[in-house]
Amino acid sequence: MTTPELDGEERAMVEEIAVMLPHFEKSRGNLIPILQSIQEKHAYLSGAAMEMVAEHLSISASEVYGVATFYNQFRFHPPGKHQFKVCLGTACHVAGGDIILENFERKLGIKDGETTPDREYSIERVACVGCCALAPVAVIDDTVEGHIQPSRVEGIFVQFQVEREREEREKAERESGE
Amino acid sequence: MSRVDITKRFAPIQREAARRAEEKKTDGIPTISIVMSTCGLASGAAETKQAFEEALLHKSIEARIVAVGCLGHCYAEPLVVIDHPTSGFPPICYHQVSAARAKVLVGSYLEKGDPVFKYILGATEENDLIPAVMDFPRFNLEQRLVMEQCGRIDPDDIYQYVAEGGYGGLVKALGSDPEEVIATVETSGLRGRGGAGFPAGRKWRLARDNNSEGVIVICNADEGDPGAYMDRTILESNPHQLLEGLAICAYAIGANQAHVYVRAEYPLAVKTIQQAIKISEKLSLLGSSILGTSFNLEVIVFQGSGAFVCGEETALIHSIEGKRGMPQHRPPYPVETGLWGRPTVVNNVKTLSCVPSIITRGAEWFRSIGTEKSPGTAIFSVVGNVNHPGLVEIAMGTSLRTLIFEVCGGIPKKKSFKAVQIGGPSGGCLPESFLDTPIDFDSLTEAGAMMGSGGMVVMDENSCMVDVSRYFLDFTQNESCGKCTFCRIGTRHLLTILDRITKGEGSEKDLGLLETLSEDIKSGSLCGLGKTAPNPVLTSLKYFLEEYEAHVREKRCPALKCRALTAFYIDLEKCARGCDVCVGCCPVEAIFTTTGRKKAIDQEVCVKCGECMVVCPPEYDAVEKVSPPELAPIIERSPEEKKQSK
Repeated sequence: MTTPELDGEERAMVEEIAVMLPHFEKSRGNLIPILQSIQEKHAYLSGAAMEMVAEHLSISASEVYGVATFYNQFRFHPPGKHQFKVCLGTACHVAGGDIILENFERKLGIKDGETTPDREYSIERVACVGCCALAPVAVIDDTVEGHIQPSRVEGIFVQFQVEREREEREKAERESGE
Repeated sequence: MSRVDITKRFAPIQREAARRAEEKKTDGIPTISIVMSTCGLASGAAETKQAFEEALLHKSIEARIVAVGCLGHCYAEPLVVIDHPTSGFPPICYHQVSAARAKVLVGSYLEKGDPVFKYILGATEENDLIPAVMDFPRFNLEQRLVMEQCGRIDPDDIYQYVAEGGYGGLVKALGSDPEEVIATVETSGLRGRGGAGFPAGRKWRLARDNNSEGVIVICNADEGDPGAYMDRTILESNPHQLLEGLAICAYAIGANQAHVYVRAEYPLAVKTIQQAIKISEKLSLLGSSILGTSFNLEVIVFQGSGAFVCGEETALIHSIEGKRGMPQHRPPYPVETGLWGRPTVVNNVKTLSCVPSIITRGAEWFRSIGTEKSPGTAIFSVVGNVNHPGLVEIAMGTSLRTLIFEVCGGIPKKKSFKAVQIGGPSGGCLPESFLDTPIDFDSLTEAGAMMGSGGMVVMDENSCMVDVSRYFLDFTQNESCGKCTFCRIGTRHLLTILDRITKGEGSEKDLGLLETLSEDIKSGSLCGLGKTAPNPVLTSLKYFLEEYEAHVREKRCPALKCRALTAFYIDLEKCARGCDVCVGCCPVEAIFTTTGRKKAIDQEVCVKCGECMVVCPPEYDAVEKVSPPELAPIIERSPEEKKQSK
């Protein structure tokens, strides 16, 4: 098996996983917990990562891939810096969650499950975050926001924009101060 | 070990709990309890807590801030209960406590003794000064058994649970014969709360009679049904009640290993239950030689990775084994060969949470609640178009009408009731004529819906039944594990037909096709997912056929919901000159100024999000929605303006 060229980011990830794996007992029951902790740390599962897990548990890589793709939790592409998860549970659907999702998609020019080319934003649709009484709901990074309106989508981006500009300004100030 | 010895071992824990409760009661320091479960946090409870902390520090007032779990009153979040013993008022429950309100409360109530009446929901106990919440229909029609302590105690503090009688059931069970425990659960008539309603006692007996080594018990908290969140609430608000039930079950069936299967999407629930296990082990209420007996129980938390089908017990077991969560043919049932080939009892969170009170208060007491065949209570998450959404626990046998119109306050904005969807993707939509149906396992199944996990979505006249069916099929076809052909391809095909109908491309023939295909999927699928997936379609076809017909014959959506069949336009008679609100809010710049500085919608550009209708000031109320879309008058946009907008 030839390993494809890894870029710097992926190489760092592979190294970290190599350190982490021996902490898990080599039992099949540990497959999902291992995948979960890799994703928790690195935000997604790369091909190389799944191959390493397969080797550790002495099962085929396709087996690992089969399990990983079966479950909604696992992601196979790096997500954006800011993640939007739009809830499309029943209550959110009735309250127009699909319209909220569409607003995010239109604004960013990507579909759900995708990341913007600059790796700044990604959109996901989720089945239910369990805050049905607040529908429609979206999870912005780690914050659950309820009763979200289409116009609020615009507001969220303005907020991020302002934050980004402030960060850049501060960085510039720091640099000029030095 | 005798019953006396076990009670002796438990006594110090009880004493400590009583001491802490007494101290809290007598030290005169106000207690601020903030609802900090996931839904509370979503409504801003974290900001509220911070505001309280800052205000207290600023004014140098001493008070105890306690993060409690969910009370189930999601409409009033963030909820705060302030117990100010020296003020002369009873503990008061405040609703929608924003950070700003929190500061006001500290300033007026805690500092000056004025409880700020306009923010009050009610007092939590009977008194002469403030109306008690118990007098409101939302509170007094509910009967709390599983959720009794939810929102009242700090989930991370085991002593608060013990002070309320917690772990008394386990102590009692350990002092009696496992046989006796099973008999009590059998007599109580407790049925599995996961949906199908299998008698819990019989399941336990089957596992015990198996007489083999290494029996395992699994708590199923894989709540994948979109629209149901009671399991999450119980885990986040009172994890010890579940652990106590789990331990009693394990003792009764002779298990030494228990798994709690929680969705990874519920991070707070995972954290809370892990924490609770650690504390219980420390106090010898779980772990090895529990309370000095020879009974050991190791509890392991497994995080489910988000597959709806894993709610099915055999799929769940495969998932713990590290495989794809696909159901298998039963028999053999898990009580014969389950996890790692060992006899396994799989019970839902609510089922196990019922157990401690059945043991302490007796089977007869449990039987006295609910109906003959479905004793006990049912928990529903009532959401959608109701005034007071949230979690409701009612006695079985209560009618849907009482639940929706009295407990949850009816339909908002003076709209009319259309349907109630019960049981999520496996359930069905029931029309108004079924409102007097009693809520229990058998009546609901008979009506074509099912108890399921207890998700209940109330829909008003603006919900389209075809669209709702399409939504559920979209969900189930996505979640089908792919094992059975009829479920895998059949649900996909149902979805295609429904898609077609909601886009106005359906034909009369499609309606018959939907029905036959649904029946085929039901008979050709192995597990509950496929067997029940067509239910939303079948019930809506049965009760709302005229809506399907309007879609296929007239290309019209009577509820004005299906976007391909509706259009928005601005009534020029009503539109105000120079008001630009709609222009500013339109995400696609579809609104332009026409003659007389009034506004019009470019139908070619409009994405029908409805935002203009929401923001149009009520005094003008100029935006109209129609179906079929041809009813909207076309106002042409000048070519140069068109170019500009693009």
